[in-house]
Amino acid sequence: MELPLDYATLRILWWALVGILLIAFALTDGFDMGVGALLPFVARKDEERRMVINTIGATWEGNQVWFILGGGAIFAAWPFVYAVSFSGFYLAMFLVLSALILRPVAFKYRSKRQDPRWRAFWDWALFVGGFVPAVVFGVAMGNVLQGAPFRLDGDMRAFYEGPFLGLFTPFTLVCGLLSVAMLVLHGAAWLGVKAERGPILDRARAYGTIAAITSVALFAVGGLFIAFGPLGFRIEGAADPFGPSNPLRTAVAAAPGAWLDNYGRYPWMLIAPALGFLGAAAALAGLWKRSEPLAFAGSSASTVGIISTVGLSMFPFILPSTIDPRSSLTVWNASSSHGTLFIMLLVTAVFLPLILIYTSWVYKVLWGRTSTEALTTNPDLY
Amino acid sequence: MDLAVVDLSRLQFALTALYHFLFVPLTLGLSFMLVIMEAIYVMTNRPIWRTVTRFWGTLFGINFVLGVATGITMEFQFGMNWSYYSHYVGDIFGAPLAIEGLMAFFLEATFVGLMFFGWDKLSKVGHLFVTFLVALGTNLSALWILIANGWMQNPVGAAFNPDTMRMEVVDFGAVLFNPVAQAKFVHTVSAGYVIASVFVLGVSAFYLLKGKWTGFAKRSMTVAAAFGLASSLSVVVLGDESGYALTDNQKMKLAALEAMWETEPAPAGLAAFGIPSMADRETHAEIKIPYVLGLIATRSIDRPVEGIFELVAQAHDRIESGVVAYGALETLKANPQDVAARAVFEEHRRDLGYGLLLKRYVADPRQADAALIEKAAWDTVPNVPLMFWAFRIMAGVGLLMIALFATAFVLCTLRKHDTRWFLRIAVLAIPLPWIATELGWVLAEVGRQPWAVEGVLPTFLGASSLTVAQLWSTIIGFTVFYGALAVVEVGLILHTIKKGPFAQQEEFDPQRAPGAEAVA
Repeated sequence: MELPLDYATLRILWWALVGILLIAFALTDGFDMGVGALLPFVARKDEERRMVINTIGATWEGNQVWFILGGGAIFAAWPFVYAVSFSGFYLAMFLVLSALILRPVAFKYRSKRQDPRWRAFWDWALFVGGFVPAVVFGVAMGNVLQGAPFRLDGDMRAFYEGPFLGLFTPFTLVCGLLSVAMLVLHGAAWLGVKAERGPILDRARAYGTIAAITSVALFAVGGLFIAFGPLGFRIEGAADPFGPSNPLRTAVAAAPGAWLDNYGRYPWMLIAPALGFLGAAAALAGLWKRSEPLAFAGSSASTVGIISTVGLSMFPFILPSTIDPRSSLTVWNASSSHGTLFIMLLVTAVFLPLILIYTSWVYKVLWGRTSTEALTTNPDLY
Repeated sequence: MDLAVVDLSRLQFALTALYHFLFVPLTLGLSFMLVIMEAIYVMTNRPIWRTVTRFWGTLFGINFVLGVATGITMEFQFGMNWSYYSHYVGDIFGAPLAIEGLMAFFLEATFVGLMFFGWDKLSKVGHLFVTFLVALGTNLSALWILIANGWMQNPVGAAFNPDTMRMEVVDFGAVLFNPVAQAKFVHTVSAGYVIASVFVLGVSAFYLLKGKWTGFAKRSMTVAAAFGLASSLSVVVLGDESGYALTDNQKMKLAALEAMWETEPAPAGLAAFGIPSMADRETHAEIKIPYVLGLIATRSIDRPVEGIFELVAQAHDRIESGVVAYGALETLKANPQDVAARAVFEEHRRDLGYGLLLKRYVADPRQADAALIEKAAWDTVPNVPLMFWAFRIMAGVGLLMIALFATAFVLCTLRKHDTRWFLRIAVLAIPLPWIATELGWVLAEVGRQPWAVEGVLPTFLGASSLTVAQLWSTIIGFTVFYGALAVVEVGLILHTIKKGPFAQQEEFDPQRAPGAEAVA
């Protein structure tokens, strides 16, 4: 059957779609994680903590699906990437899974008993459920930019040759901390629009301010690593965007500074890093002037900018290999077949808009600040 | 590959999947029971039905989160532990998982928050619709997961591509409408409905035995009796066996769970009892009921059910053909343009997976001698005694469930809700359907061995290149973590049951105390 979209176009569309899914995850579940990480700091008494938890209580579950869907989409669109990265970052993945398993349970179970020790434990679990994934996702992004020590054999079996601690280098730690700062800022901005005004908001503002400044600083440091550090890969010779997905047929070499190539070729891409900085600055201004919508819009824009920067800098690379550059995975050599990409695009074109519509409707129904009064009168709240 | 890593990966997958499936079926069934209960509330407008819905909703919520939490592990474990599998069949297998997220999981997870928090923000009909969307989402979710699993049992609509060294989709419609997947879906969700019905029936019976909240309990029991009777009939009648005549491995599965070594003339008898022995390759002390198996398995009286010896002989031939396919593929790897090799490969492609079975013993299947091929052919037989007993216990529980719900239905119709001997049985029956569903998965997955994907990829080739130490750390981690969560969950469920259906209202709204609710 002749498909109406060619293979290369579909590959680019799926690269964009996976990016959109990851950004949607960071934008929605991102503030849930930020709020979780902020919980012990912005809320001290049980009532305050319940207030903070209930700002995300009804919607975190749907938000988290962006993560699951992101995993599923990577599996369906880039089986190589799914296979290599999840097994390669094995223990890091286990860490994230543990934290993410703890979180749903913590939301649901915390309020079921009055015992302060019970509640303190689940507060801790919510903190871990927000903070740990935020760090690990950032570190993972750092490792993707840096390249991972894996190789593929002739059967396409992946071998990963690096220890768990090898995931942590100065650059990847900067990425991990940047991720935390970005999401904490986003969480603080969310509390700004959703929590009742009062001491919680004042504390969120203070932490949000620190996070915004840290975010700008770390994003700049990350940029310096990209420009002057030993980061970057290049495809040597021509890559065939229409060829079969076989990574071993592309010649690749490490090339420090190559992650800046795209900005020279397509200057419009500079919008992404600019958005990363300007968004954080806008968020800072919003926090400063107590304009909560501006702060939230700013933190959202910053998140979009920072994540897009990673994708655009690396294009067409998805996961380069440090020990065998020839095994590197790119948009052109690591995707699913033409047919699968097309069918999945159709399914996504139908369901993604539906998801956006009903998710917006749910947010609209639940619109408005969580109030202290509701905590004592509404038995449904956590 | 390291066989210890393979075994540990299988152990971890089995543990996490079986654990996940403790919660999922209750979610599947209870969500629809909530829809029924809430629909009665909307139609009758009697507050007691709101109380019924909300109480079972609370228990649903406690169970739901663990289903979701442990489901995250499942979505990522393929890449973590079954990396080569993920590469080899990701082009087909990844799609239903992604569609599950898009079509089903998003729906249930987005609306479940509104279901719990939206009682005062939505109209009655609006809230009922939200509850329905949650139920729809959970059940659609099961559909896509079972389409994925069904493809592992009967890999239709795909072919191996030597250029990418993996299976690729050729006919997505075939994957979608895979008859094995359809049989599995109906069977599995029905089992979920039975679990939920037994749960509601048992807890209601407990209240009736204690003489507590009887108005609440009788109503709940009636819903459970009706829903349970329909579901338990469906789970047995629409059993999984309907797909067993389809493929070599499904035939082997049937022969193994019947411990049927020799092909029998049609219609075959069903073994009611026996002691199968893998070493002797026969079943001792067998008692057979004539005709029954032939009827169930082939839906006919004239088609034979093939025995293990015959199926092994067929596997032997397919392994020999697979070795030829493997040889042609090696030539193609070195030179993708080799026309002769491609022609040979095309001819033997469907047996490539059988050739790969030899990789358990030799790095290059072309080096295998006749003895090794015979050994590999016998590897296609799953663990017969385990299959034999797992099936008998599962099917036995299924029949018991029909009896249980038929009795419940009669008693509820006669308004004899307080028949104490039956109430005691109903409480004791609570764990039974869980045992049956877990064994159902054992049958499906152990029965598929040695394949990860039937005839395509042996399980031992699918694992990631991990170390034994890495696997032990995650197995111990998951066990401790999951164990602790199970204790907490069971504790909370018991706590909620003990507090009873009116606890929340008493706490928050003394005006709507039990009495007021019950007479309203």
